Amino acid sequence: MFEIIENTILAPNVHRLVVRAPRIARVRQPGQFVIVRADVHGERIPLTIGDADMAAGTITLFVQAVGTSTLQIVHTPVGGALQDVAGPLGSATEIEQWGRVACVGGGLGTAVLYPLAKALAEAGNEVTTIIGGRSAPYILLEDELQAFSRKVIVTTEDGSHGRQGFVTAALQELMEDPRRCPAVVFAVGPVPMMRAVCELTRPERIRTIVSLNPIMIDGTGMCGGCRVRVGEETKFACVDGPEFDGHLVDFKLLTDRLSMYREEECRMLSQLPEELRNQIVTVRR
Amino acid sequence: MKNNLQRENGRWGQRVLMPEQDHHLRCRNFDEVNLGLSEEAAIAEARRCLQCKSAPCIAGCPVAVDIPAFIAAVAGTRMAEAARILLADNTLPAICGRVCPQEEQCEGLCVLDRKGQAIAVGYLERFVADWALRHPEQLAPTVIPKASGKKVAVVGSGPAGLTVAGELARMGHEVIIYEALHDTGGVLRYGIPEFRLPKEIVDIEVARLAQLGVCIECNVVVGKTITLPKMRNEHDAVFIANGAGLPTMLNIPGENLKGVFSANEYLTRVNLMGAWRQDHATPIPRSRQVVVIGGGNTAMDAVRTARRLGAARAVILYRRSEAEMPARIEEIKHAKEEGVEFVMLTAPLEILGDNQGWVNGLRCQAMRLGEPDTSGRRRPVPVEGKVFELEAQVVVNAVGTGANPLLTATAPELGLNRWGNIEVDTTGQTNLAGVFAGGDIVRGGATVILAMGDGKRAAGAIDTYLQRCKGRPLM
Repeated sequence: MFEIIENTILAPNVHRLVVRAPRIARVRQPGQFVIVRADVHGERIPLTIGDADMAAGTITLFVQAVGTSTLQIVHTPVGGALQDVAGPLGSATEIEQWGRVACVGGGLGTAVLYPLAKALAEAGNEVTTIIGGRSAPYILLEDELQAFSRKVIVTTEDGSHGRQGFVTAALQELMEDPRRCPAVVFAVGPVPMMRAVCELTRPERIRTIVSLNPIMIDGTGMCGGCRVRVGEETKFACVDGPEFDGHLVDFKLLTDRLSMYREEECRMLSQLPEELRNQIVTVRR
Repeated sequence: MKNNLQRENGRWGQRVLMPEQDHHLRCRNFDEVNLGLSEEAAIAEARRCLQCKSAPCIAGCPVAVDIPAFIAAVAGTRMAEAARILLADNTLPAICGRVCPQEEQCEGLCVLDRKGQAIAVGYLERFVADWALRHPEQLAPTVIPKASGKKVAVVGSGPAGLTVAGELARMGHEVIIYEALHDTGGVLRYGIPEFRLPKEIVDIEVARLAQLGVCIECNVVVGKTITLPKMRNEHDAVFIANGAGLPTMLNIPGENLKGVFSANEYLTRVNLMGAWRQDHATPIPRSRQVVVIGGGNTAMDAVRTARRLGAARAVILYRRSEAEMPARIEEIKHAKEEGVEFVMLTAPLEILGDNQGWVNGLRCQAMRLGEPDTSGRRRPVPVEGKVFELEAQVVVNAVGTGANPLLTATAPELGLNRWGNIEVDTTGQTNLAGVFAGGDIVRGGATVILAMGDGKRAAGAIDTYLQRCKGRPLM
């Protein structure tokens, strides 16, 4: 059992959990994830490790409740425990000194982006961070990212915070300015956002790394459920990723495969109390 | 008694039949198919045994169970003695009695097999093992031997890992098993379905190890959570048995459509994650038509699972003929009784999908058998112009598994063969001092009992190594 030390709400249905997992805290690297099961009947849910405190033996997870299993995870109170936390899984981000790097996050993707951006900044890169969301409450970790970013640009669809519009517009401006144009772009967020970023950077041949979140079971390369098409090859996101060259990723296939259990998800949601269901439906849209 | 039997049923008597759950019922539930022999039937079967002096059956057993001795005890209704003999040689008899391919091992070498009436060693093994589970009070209490002061780490709690752990614990060594998944048993838990091996049996066998002082830690992914060098430094010896967990892809178009699964994923969702039960959250598609590609035990497990999940048409697609199928005879028989359709001499060319990205069928190539290949089996060759389509909403790829590189990739000094399997000598010793390996990570996809045989042999070698070595060699 893995004890919950902290559980704070960052945005509607988005929680920051600090979990005691000393072994994982000791060895995890940016870009890696864990697989979590809330209880003995739960699904295995992959979650990015947002941060770790080696001395305290804890890891930080950012979790958005989008279904019954994630709902169960975020509702585990402080002092309670998660049944299983396995990891760190996946390949670590390749952190190099590229110079100017743009980190682009959308929605919960910002939380996945956070450890990468931090590691990139620590390695001496000049990090410009662009984060977007539907409206002000959905903007995550702005202050935390500010701590090490040269600049944080916020975009919201309704203009309630930062600039109105999408992250891609802000990225395009950055790319058009020769003094600020990034050598590498990291993009994490909903599939349409990552795809749009890749389409923007492709003609300019700006290296673009995306972090993929396909459906997963074991996280160790055993089942192949998380397979994604990258260039001419089929890759397993759990061991070969989760980060890939965005210009080679088949986003249509990823979108298709992510929709595999939509019917079951809807059925499970329909069994929830109305209030919880509405919360989730609002987040998922 | 023996003479009466011989008069009734021909000279050597008839091999006992295993009572089974009715096939009309069982293809809609996950309860165990084989019900087990009654005591009377077991005794009668045991009395058919000729008690050959040369005991060819023992030579066919990868863990060398003293088969004639335990059968003689059953024939004499001395069940506690039979259990003692069986358990001395086999750590997991209730499992082997259910999943071993006996026809290729002990029973295949039985003198009576020539008459088609081999002693049902597997049924008797299961009978004695189940008797022992029901009568723990009649077994000698578990004796925990004097501690040797040596500590051994085992990677993986599948059949090889459980066996090596049991053997080493009985020798007085401290054993800790690291399991990557959230539950114990490896393939016994995630691979073999409930209707063939109830998970309660796995739980009991694991509990028996715990009584011996074996510690199992789940959620530890060796290669990720801890590395092999670190484990090596913290223990006197290491046994690697992390299985062959890497699905072999078909490399045909359409493989990534929704509804196309590796057998590992399909079975893991159902068995480990409990997708067949209402109270578990993990989903599995319950489709009308399911096609499983492959001819081994895993393919049979997948297709029979599909029937139980409600498939009206569940098909085995195999590129050779039934005679070449690697599956156990019993699995093939059970699958047929349960209404599974066998489409032989057929290879998949392409998996077909709809405009939503869901699989809706397969384009297949008819095959015929040509000359034997290196494996000695006749090679399937395409019959020109014979291409046809099969409808399917779920396709399961059960053509095999390879070596999972998760651990070995982080231990570059470990000797591997060109397929990525760990290379070992006859005792299970790798090229690194104090590091041993066995089971599917060495063999590729093999059987539970071969993995157990590896575990048993390696335990002997590890014990010898521990007695010889003074300190922990550094890596």
